[in-house]
Amino acid sequence: MRDFRKTLMVAMGTTAITVGLFAGPLGVAAQDDAWQGVDDGTTVTMWTRAATQARSQALVDAYNASHQNQIELTVVPTDDYQAVVGAAAGSNSLPDLFSADVVFMPNWTSQGLFTDITDKIASLPFIDQVGPAHIDASTWDGKKYGLPFVIDLSVWMYNKELFRQAGLDPEKPPTTLAEFDAAARAVDALGGDINGTFFGGSCGGCNVFTWWPISWADGEPVMNPEGTESYLNSETMRTIYSTFRALHEDGITAPGTQEEQGPTWTGFFPQGNIGIMPMPASLQGMANDNLKDEDIGVTQIAGINGGQSTFVGGDSIGISRDSKVADQAWSFLAWMLGDEAQVEVVAKGGNVVARTDLADNQYSSADPRLVLFNSVAGVGETPFALNFGQTYNDPQGPWLVLLYDALFGDASLIDADNDAINDSLQP
Amino acid sequence: MTAASRRTGGPSSTARLSLRRSRQLQGIAYATPTIVLVAVFFILPLLLVGRMSVSDWSLLSGDRGINFPDNFAEITPNRLFWPAVVFTIEYTLLVTVLLVGLGLGLALLVQEGGRYVGGLRTIFLLPVAVGLASASLLFWGLYSPSIGPIGPVLQQMGLTSEPISFLGTPLAALLSTTFLIVWKFAGLYMLILLVGLQAIPREVYEAAAVDGASRSQTLRRITLPLLRPSLALALILCITGSLLAFDQFFILTKGGPNNSTVTVVQLIYREAFQRQNLGTAAALSIIVLIVLLALNVVQFRGLRSPDKA
Repeated sequence: MRDFRKTLMVAMGTTAITVGLFAGPLGVAAQDDAWQGVDDGTTVTMWTRAATQARSQALVDAYNASHQNQIELTVVPTDDYQAVVGAAAGSNSLPDLFSADVVFMPNWTSQGLFTDITDKIASLPFIDQVGPAHIDASTWDGKKYGLPFVIDLSVWMYNKELFRQAGLDPEKPPTTLAEFDAAARAVDALGGDINGTFFGGSCGGCNVFTWWPISWADGEPVMNPEGTESYLNSETMRTIYSTFRALHEDGITAPGTQEEQGPTWTGFFPQGNIGIMPMPASLQGMANDNLKDEDIGVTQIAGINGGQSTFVGGDSIGISRDSKVADQAWSFLAWMLGDEAQVEVVAKGGNVVARTDLADNQYSSADPRLVLFNSVAGVGETPFALNFGQTYNDPQGPWLVLLYDALFGDASLIDADNDAINDSLQP
Repeated sequence: MTAASRRTGGPSSTARLSLRRSRQLQGIAYATPTIVLVAVFFILPLLLVGRMSVSDWSLLSGDRGINFPDNFAEITPNRLFWPAVVFTIEYTLLVTVLLVGLGLGLALLVQEGGRYVGGLRTIFLLPVAVGLASASLLFWGLYSPSIGPIGPVLQQMGLTSEPISFLGTPLAALLSTTFLIVWKFAGLYMLILLVGLQAIPREVYEAAAVDGASRSQTLRRITLPLLRPSLALALILCITGSLLAFDQFFILTKGGPNNSTVTVVQLIYREAFQRQNLGTAAALSIIVLIVLLALNVVQFRGLRSPDKA
């Protein structure tokens, strides 16, 4: 009997040691891998808008090729995206994952369209290196609902060949708004079909993206942090309006500036006859017969008194409130921000990475312009307002009325127009 | 046997009843698909819109309960409402006069047979086959200062020294959009009025000619009065279509410049999909529906033939 007890105790001890030896590390390993989500061959549905399709598709294809889970991506026309998501939300049939223009995130998170992923985000080992702008815009009531998916930044692009012809130093781009103005006028003086600059005169979103950073570069906010009060009638903003108004009135801007509603505003610079203009930070598809790659110069958007800034835009992505496979959906989000996806998919495609520690990578180091794109994200901002879309993106919104008056109409109405913006911003 | 049957009223009346019943069932069977379609695609949505119009109904959050009459009370204080109403009426008047006038002119032009009449009718009718959204996109490209050919062609011909801004000012945007609509629909109104013209008996014109009536007298005293039903149809279609204008402005001008070309239906779209407020959008839709119904009743009465009054 004693022998039996002894044997039993030895057996239990051995088992305990064995479990202790293996279960411990195994347990830690399981905990270590938890941040990666579940990859068990589930089909995960996902929606994104057409404006960022190329970059979304590249990430989805790479994920599907390397995982058991499969993402089923549906691309929705950009103009219909809000309505389609709204209709799906109304019928509780949102896909597992869906992205959103980062400026719409406060509205959609406040309406409860996404699942709270605060703990999952905190578990990411590289979370401190993820640019904070998109996560901040996706935070509501202290809970985090989204991550950066596609990063879109604004920069000034200039045509080095036209700079040379105009007697400007192509290696010394403007560092203030006044220098931008002078460069545009110098290039325009070349005559013919050469134009100094271009902007979307009837496009609210374009000028949010490209003009607000001029104010930020001077340290001047355009709204209060809560997004309920507009400072778009500030002296700084008035100087910006009057600068571009004068450029338009003096014929320095390309034909079509006043009418441009947004769909084609980025198509002007690649035509090779614009001196300098604000553009999204991407070189993808820019070079052509009229504009050599080596003639595309890029620099940070500067303020009236110098400084630099950018609009950190693009798409955020989160797990919908209707998803039944949140852990599998998270697998894509966690992978998407990992080293491999950021470098081998995002950076390789000539796009801005979402992680600051990967800004200098094997692809960007080959082109200093890509290093600039990646570094400028750190000095940029993403504005926050609950009613952002209806105030600034809506073609009938009050921001476009202010722009029209400030640029082409009665500039004395700017204060009244700003009051209308304030009304629209109230939740 | 037959006499007995007649006396009792038995088998033959049963047969008649059965035949009538069978015809009734047949009729119901024929009508059922239409009834189902109308119920599913018209009655139910209309009831839903009615319910939405008295509810706090968000695009993203759904129904949050009845709030009548808040949605209706929010309509007139909207800074865009009255300008949109005025613009929609202006646009409707302009387009109706041009379309019905030009349609009548074209119909008179191609009324008689001739060597080129068939070709002309086809040419005038061709734009009708293009979808309105496609046509709007086509004209957006033609008008575009950056990619459109019209500006450069006019400049090369020396007709203008500066690029033309087809959509840059409120008047230019209205006229450019009106030109698109006239190009697109003139053929349709020509067709409607041509059918009416060809229904007028030739003998009436011959009698007028014998009586020595001039061309203008024939037009005023014979053609236009006898064309009344076709003109009524053309006017009702044109006015209703113009009051519901959306696609062409949504694509060409987006309501600009400076909100000068916002129509009432664009306002409904904005309430629903930009401001995410389906309640006020539905309330606005109900008001537009009532106005259109009233307008159509008035038009029908006004244009009814005197002998049927």
